Amino acid sequence: MNMHLPTPRLAGPAQAEPAIVLEGVTKFYGGFRALNHVDLEVARGETVIICGPSGSGKSTLIRCLNRIETHDRGRIVVNGHELTDALKDIAAVRREVGMVFQSFNLFPHLTILENCMLAPVQARGISRREARETAMHFLSKVRIPDQAGKYPGQLSGGQQQRVAIARALCMRPQVMLFDEPTSALDPEMVKEVLDTMVGLAGEGMTMVCVTHEMGFAREVADRVVFMDKGAVVEQDTPERFFSAPASERAREFLRQVIH
Amino acid sequence: MSQLDFSVVFDNLPYLWQGLRFSLLLTAVAFAAGMVLGTGLALLQHLEVPVGAQLARGYVALIRSIPLILVLFWFFFLVPLMLGALMNGGRPMPIGGVWTAFITFSLFEAAYYSEIIRVGLRSVSKGQYEAAQALSLSTYKTYRFVILPQVVRVTSPIILNQTIILFQDTSLVYVLSLTDLVGAASKLAQLNGRLVEMYLAVAAVYLVICCTASQLVAYLRRRTQLNQNR
Repeated sequence: MNMHLPTPRLAGPAQAEPAIVLEGVTKFYGGFRALNHVDLEVARGETVIICGPSGSGKSTLIRCLNRIETHDRGRIVVNGHELTDALKDIAAVRREVGMVFQSFNLFPHLTILENCMLAPVQARGISRREARETAMHFLSKVRIPDQAGKYPGQLSGGQQQRVAIARALCMRPQVMLFDEPTSALDPEMVKEVLDTMVGLAGEGMTMVCVTHEMGFAREVADRVVFMDKGAVVEQDTPERFFSAPASERAREFLRQVIH
Repeated sequence: MSQLDFSVVFDNLPYLWQGLRFSLLLTAVAFAAGMVLGTGLALLQHLEVPVGAQLARGYVALIRSIPLILVLFWFFFLVPLMLGALMNGGRPMPIGGVWTAFITFSLFEAAYYSEIIRVGLRSVSKGQYEAAQALSLSTYKTYRFVILPQVVRVTSPIILNQTIILFQDTSLVYVLSLTDLVGAASKLAQLNGRLVEMYLAVAAVYLVICCTASQLVAYLRRRTQLNQNR
């Protein structure tokens, strides 16, 4: 059933240990099986796109990777830390994994710069001076250093999402998770966010991204994972997934997404 | 009917000022202590701390169903008896009017502030908690740096409103024979037979203070509305 095709972009010893390993991960919401025995591996430096119809468990899956949701059965190992109830491992994973949300979730009472400095100073214990330099570095990288003194409410949606990416990068993560990062954006702002993500993928960042942007998936993905009803139905290179999907459900999904 | 003569007010300004100072001091103490306690009560409920959450809910429900004046009487008469039974071999230990007022008002206001803060906590979106979690902030730091500052922003007009009511309620310490602004005025009025002038003057003082505070409430409301767009 599951075709497993690890196609990591980076060669070398770093790829020996995968960045993320899921084994038989199952999660229930009451009686509803949100995730059904999911097995998945993400190699270091790999960009994995997760797609599927709504309610297929994509968001639940990605939110389990930094334990914003807890899984009920199976194992999740991220960057060498197994996610259990142990707070130490959860804190370690969250320090090493950045996340970008659909609704940005910037802190509205803090300036853009303060948004980017808060966690490095408070959770990593980095000095304010260094945190400010790091924040300005990444704000320049997402091309909005001139907005550093403003509040999130004063920025456009696209700018806010780029700040959210910069804020996550300020923690110097080794893995980035994106949960439908462009779904809440006006169409004309989607591109500026995707461009930022393309740049990040090009630098070899390990990325897991839930998205409906199939053009983006085709461009940056090393692998596309298709989910339905809480299970991984198939995974393949974008070339093969988009031209010749193996399952009927994936064909059905692609017909609806790509008109 | 005799003419109004406000000289009695001006002749006794130092005494009235002393009364007003006590009213303001009591308001400040009850505000500070009430906010600290109220935040604690709200967090106990918000975080669903086992046992603590239920106790907090019960406390708030109890206090909010009793008139302040009754709580004042309880404290003034019952607490000395309780303290006496515990520590003084049954003989009552009076705690005095001033301490009764400070403690009672703080405990009473805490219940009201906690309800405001609890609603404020619920108004912060789930995404804010998740973003803080994803950034590896501890629960304490999440509340300290992310959640509570937003709660203060959203609730400050209502908190200030409640504090205006508190300021007016401080006149109830009259029943403990304490001399706040109303108490001072009342003593002077009866001494000089100038009730109308005295009570008009006191009303004017309350009017000025509370109107100023209301303006501040309106200003805070506008400011929070401006900041609502995130």
